[in-house]
Formats: sequence, structure tokens, C-alpha cells
Amino acid sequence: MSNIAKAFERGKAFIPFLTCGDPDLETTEKLVKAMADSGADLIELGIPFSDPTAEGPVIQAANVRALQGGVTTDKIFDMVRTLRKTVTVPMVFMTYANVVFSYGAEKFISACGELGIDGLILPDIPYEERDEFVSICKRHGLDLISMIAPTSADRIAMIAKEATGFLYIVSSLGVTGVRSEIQTDVGALVALALENSGCPCAVGFGISTPEQAKQMAALSGGAIVGSAIVKLVARHGRDAAPYVAEYVKSMADAVHSA
Amino acid sequence: MTNAKGRFGVHGGQYIPETLMNAVIELERAYDRYHADPAFHQQLKSLLNEYAGRPSRLYYAGKMTRDLGGAKIYLKREDLNHTGAHKINNVLGQALLAKKMGKTRLIAETGAGQHGVATTTAAALMGMECVVYMGREDTERQALNVYKMRLLGAEVIPVDSGTGTLKDAVSAAFREWTNRIDDTHYCLGSVMGPHPFPTIVRDFQAVISEEIREQMLEKEGRLPDAVIACVGGGSNAIGSFYHFIDDPSVRLIGCEAAGRGAETLETAATITTGRLGIFHGMKSYFCQDEYGQIAPVYSISAGLDYPGVGPEHAHLHDIGRAEYVPVTDEEAVNAFEYLSRTEGIIPAIESAHAVAYAMTLAPQMGKDNILVITISGRGDKDCAAIARYRGENLHE
Repeated sequence: MSNIAKAFERGKAFIPFLTCGDPDLETTEKLVKAMADSGADLIELGIPFSDPTAEGPVIQAANVRALQGGVTTDKIFDMVRTLRKTVTVPMVFMTYANVVFSYGAEKFISACGELGIDGLILPDIPYEERDEFVSICKRHGLDLISMIAPTSADRIAMIAKEATGFLYIVSSLGVTGVRSEIQTDVGALVALALENSGCPCAVGFGISTPEQAKQMAALSGGAIVGSAIVKLVARHGRDAAPYVAEYVKSMADAVHSA
Repeated sequence: MTNAKGRFGVHGGQYIPETLMNAVIELERAYDRYHADPAFHQQLKSLLNEYAGRPSRLYYAGKMTRDLGGAKIYLKREDLNHTGAHKINNVLGQALLAKKMGKTRLIAETGAGQHGVATTTAAALMGMECVVYMGREDTERQALNVYKMRLLGAEVIPVDSGTGTLKDAVSAAFREWTNRIDDTHYCLGSVMGPHPFPTIVRDFQAVISEEIREQMLEKEGRLPDAVIACVGGGSNAIGSFYHFIDDPSVRLIGCEAAGRGAETLETAATITTGRLGIFHGMKSYFCQDEYGQIAPVYSISAGLDYPGVGPEHAHLHDIGRAEYVPVTDEEAVNAFEYLSRTEGIIPAIESAHAVAYAMTLAPQMGKDNILVITISGRGDKDCAAIARYRGENLHE
């Protein structure tokens, strides 16, 4: 069983996201530990990209802050190496294709394998472009996470059949960011996905409150939250750890009770 | 030249979020259908001729030819098209296609404003809603075009993210498209982005080389020895090259914006200075740092101020079929002034990059050689900025 599958073993999974290096890597390290201690089942580590086309304003701004602070892929790898000495929660990298491609896909993914990174989320790699990355991921024990969107329709079966790790269900049209309500019939997307895959589904995009997280987790295998956490980091900067810990705990409790 | 999944050699592809995949698949299906439909072509041809003013002239620049003392120079006058640039060729095609697909709203990015004005014009003509994304810095550099777009009924949204230029406008338009797909067509302005855009835009711009070929055979009874065009994303260049790609005797030369010099960081010369990467839906060459962060590029020309290049150009470069040369701000401004004074034609600052290289190349060629320069747009929009570049305190 992959490490990611273990995140869903004990029930519904809460999956927090943060942008590495926002505002600096020392803070990121503290935040990851705080999230792991507060009930996160899997942690999504964002490697910043200059032009993150799938992100809304909140995560875009975090990318800018992180890059202005001088963070690089190699520095993030060093941070994860340190973290892995104490943190055992499954972790995946979320970044954009060019960050991996430019580093050298083989070099990047083999480094992830050695560091104990369990998977990779690349929002600008759809099913049609997976081949270039998926075989390398398999060789190094990583899951390349597949995404299903509200517009996927006739593509869901094809995508789900190839999925490993978990299936990322995009709850809404548009980019990442907090939404007051989620209008997509998420239950229908999940049902179609599960007909074609043994992988658990987790729902992301737009979730910020414990009520939303519980509702989405009840319809699937878990909930992913990014912008709401990144907002706390933006507000509290280097002192964000206790605020993030408290928030993650409330969200994880809600998800686990779903 | 396109193979599976819209590849040009290793370049191209569809590197976009899953949310947009069915939209580009729907577009590809519609394009395949209407591309094979003579009635569609008839309708488009009628729009191009009656509305946009095609065919555009192939003008023999006699004074410039005598002054430079080398090759015979012809100018392909895309600046004479309605809305003042080649952009209208693509836009009328895409707007007509979108209309057939049942879309009621067009969104577009724009750099210099030419593509935005063209898209807005087509939207007005066809009764469609229109929203244009434009980098904040460009809205200031090209204030007149912003006014024109509003006058024509579009909403212009200044983009503050990133460097506030063309690449950020493209990102913003992609983001908006993921947000609203059902009634909206993203009218991409260049031969870039995910498949099928590079192919669709190229096909709609190929009318430029189709006409050059016909007009040249009529005037000179033979093909030109070289065709020169400026390259940002590369739509007027691929349009100028396309019907000559299989004629190896015709040199194809793309002029990139080198800004303050291709050896400086203030440049937008992608093929000269970039590396293979994946961005804005395509694999191609991009200006980027060692970690793949897209570089903040610079050029005096808002239309060439883009860190990537269309995948077909990247491929033509790889196989050696086309040459790509850097041209600096200073060289382009000199050419802008030169063409104005010599032929009484004020070219767009983008097109002036092509004129600049022709000024170097023509004297090296024999008098029996023929050179075609595509004047992709007219320069009215640039006059204030060039005056300021030369130290005059002129504001629109």
C-alpha cells in the first residue's frame, strides 16, 4: 500500500496545503509540524511558481512572497529532508509542470523519492500529457495525482482508471480560492470516479469552513484546503503556527466526524 | 506539420488544467468540422475582403530599395487592414467559429492592444459580449487602444499580477476561461497556448503568405529570396512564412525583441536566450531562470514583450528551416523613424523590428534578390511612446 493510501485508512482525510517559503522556510517547517500535530492526514507542499495559472489571488500572492524571499526548489528539498526526520505524515508536492521539467523530470522526481515525498500534483498536466511524468513517478515510488473537474464529464472514467494514490476532485470552475458555496454536484463526480477506480477521492477548491469540509468529506474520502490556510499565513507571517494549528485542528475534527 | 496532440516536433501539446480539457476538445472538433466546410471559408473570405479590406497590398518600396542599395524590397501591408494590424485575420476567423459553436462571449488577452481592439471589433460586428485582459503597465503604454476597446463596447480589465504585461494578461484570460466556459470562447491572439490554438491561429494568418506568394508571382514571376517578420508569440511571422515552408530557396527570418540587448536581462528574445520549458499550455522555448521560474522580460514593444514563442517557430528553429535574430529597442526605433521618412509609412514598433533587420540584410544581398518585409501593423499607437524614448515630453 502506498503511503498516500494510508492517509485514508483510518477514515476521512483532511489535507491542508501551504506554499513553501511563505514568508520563509523556517516558518514553513514550523507550520508543517503544527499541521501534522493537529490532525492533518496528508500535507500538500506547494513549490512556488512565478505564474501559477490555476491559482486565485490568495495563493498567487503567496507565490510572489515566497519567490521574493529567495526560496528555490533545492532549498525546499533541504527543508523536507530535515522535516522527514520527525514528520511521518504523508506529503505530496504541488507545483507547475515547468518547475519539474526545468529541473529535469528524472532528477526532480528521483530526489522526491529519496526525500520521502509520496506524490506529485501538477495542475497543468492533464491526462493527455501524463506519460511524460507518470513512468518516472512509478519508478521512484511516487503517485502522480489525477484531477477530475466539474467539466470532466465523459473523461471521468478514463482519468479514474489510471489514477493512483488519491483522486483530486475539483469542486468548482475557476481557480483556487475561498467560495461561500459549492454548487457542483460533487457526489455525482465522486460516484462516477469510484465506479472506475479503487482510489479514494478528496475534494478541493473553495473549502474554508468546518461545515463545508465536513459536507465535502461526507460526499467523498476527504477535503483539501489551501487558500484559507495561506490567508492565515499572510496575516500572521512568522507567528502563524498557533493560528494554523488551531484552524487545522478544527477542520480535521470536522472531516474526521463526517 | 502538426502530429498527434498538436505537436510540432517536441513542441506544442496541451498543458492545461483538467477544467479546460473538454473546452479545447470541443474547439478542436468544431474547428475540424468548419475547416472542412467550404461555406465557412466563403463566409470568412467575404468578411476578410469586404470588412477587413483584404487582400492587403504588396508594395514595392522603391526609395528604400535604392537607399539601401541591395535587394529589391517589398512591404506586405498588413498595417492597411481594418483595425490597423494583422490581428483581424485571426480574430474574424475565431469569432466566426465561436459563433458557430454557439458562444456568445469572447475573452482575449492583449499586449500592445492590437489584438484586443481586433477582438472587440469582431465582437461588435457579430453582436457578442467581449472582455479584454491587459497588463496594467500596457494599459498605460497603450492608453489610446484602451479607449478604443471601450468605445467599441468591451470591458477592459487591467491585470496587476506578475509583471503587469502580456504574459500576465494571458494568465488572467486563462483563469477567466476556467471560470466561465459554457458561453465563452477564449480568442487567443497568437500561435501559442494549448493545441489546437497554434494550428487554428496559424491557419487563419496563413492568408498573409498565400497572398504574398500570389502577388509576388504576379509582379516578379518568381518567389522572394527572403521573408522577414517580427516574432513575439509569432502569429504574423508564421502567417508570412507558412506557404513558403516547403520552398527551401526562400529564407524565413523572424525578428525577436532584444530590448536593451540579448546579452542583458532586459530582453524578450526567447529563441536567442530561452530554454525548453512548459508554460501557457505549450512546450516551447521560454525565458526562465535555472529553476524554471518565468523571467520578467522587457521590450519597448508591448506586443513582443512575451517570454515565450509559438511551438511551430520553436520547431522551425530546431530543424533549421527558419532563422531567428534579436533586434534591440534602439535598432527598432531607428527603423521606425527610417521607414516613416523614407517611404512615408509609420510602422508599428513591433513591425519596425523586422524593418531593422531588413536594413542590415538588404545591402548584403544582390540587386537581383527580392526581400519581403511584413509590416504587421501601423505605428500610430506608438508615436507618443517613441517620442518619449527620444526625450520629447509627449503624452496622449
